[in-house]
Amino acid sequence: MIRSLLFLSAMMLAVAAHAVEPDEVLSDPVFEERAREVSQALRCVVCQNQDIDSSNAGIARDMRLLVRERILAGDTNQQVLDFMVDRYGSYVLLRPPFNATTALLWFSPVLIGLIAALVAIMVLRGARKTKQRRPEPLSPEEEAEVARALSEMDPKGSLK
Amino acid sequence: MQRFLFALPLLVALVFGGFFLWGLNPERDPNAIPSVLISRPAPDFELPPVDGVDVPGFSRADLSGNDGPVVVNIFASWCVPCRAEHSVLTRFVEEDGVRLFGINYQDQPEDAARWLDELGNPYERIGSDIDGRVAIDWGLTGVPETFIVGPDGTILFKQIGPILGDDAIRAFTTALEQAQASVAGS
Repeated sequence: MIRSLLFLSAMMLAVAAHAVEPDEVLSDPVFEERAREVSQALRCVVCQNQDIDSSNAGIARDMRLLVRERILAGDTNQQVLDFMVDRYGSYVLLRPPFNATTALLWFSPVLIGLIAALVAIMVLRGARKTKQRRPEPLSPEEEAEVARALSEMDPKGSLK
Repeated sequence: MQRFLFALPLLVALVFGGFFLWGLNPERDPNAIPSVLISRPAPDFELPPVDGVDVPGFSRADLSGNDGPVVVNIFASWCVPCRAEHSVLTRFVEEDGVRLFGINYQDQPEDAARWLDELGNPYERIGSDIDGRVAIDWGLTGVPETFIVGPDGTILFKQIGPILGDDAIRAFTTALEQAQASVAGS
């Protein structure tokens, strides 16, 4: 029992495996930490929806090595990302950057929300207006017509 | 106001319909990756020749100042589609007089030499990119990839994957003709 519980909890502790191979790891833990951070922001260009940090593709490994090389050469994280964007376009970034071409993408949720709110306000206002509108009082002729129609009915409500 | 509300379902249907129509277009390739290199100068690089192959290596300087466009093909002996593409490239060189440069990507020199001995060598120059670093400068996503470089050293066209099949060959030929025409015109 205890053993199976231990096994289960061990299973829950398991995290996603990373593709970084021992020979790639930098000796300086600070640099290595930064390399991991940058690698996780870069898209593997052959697997498309995976970062290069967790991809086993050959080109992803080359890019990881290049990221480490740039960091050792003194680049900041942003400079390494820019270096990759220069070659592969913003496509290589897993998180779309905010600029003129992506502004619509970033703003679309807000925009759609605003449109929805506008439509909702218009509909609610329309509904309130129809509710508030009282029917016009009947004219004397209409009153007479109603009285005549009622008098033509028997007490049970059906026409004679 | 009321009229606008009545038009709303039609509007929504139009937007969605348009999106589905776009998605169903068989010409659209969802895997296509846009290249940022088009109409930019070729990257700065210098590659040594492949050991055992009797053509020189090349650098950025060899790509500008030519009479016409140059085709740069990234290939490897271990790449199966490259083998299939090889005959197409050879035909371009032999029949159309295309100038073809090769970047030998992450390949052992002896493997590359054997591959070229077996299939023939249509390349005027071949640079050896053993560690694949230069290929990243070219924005490589996978071999083979083929570029058309104008005489001023500008990248004019990029083909991802082998130039195989009528569509790919036609697209490549058209791009090549345009590149040649722009040279003749200027």
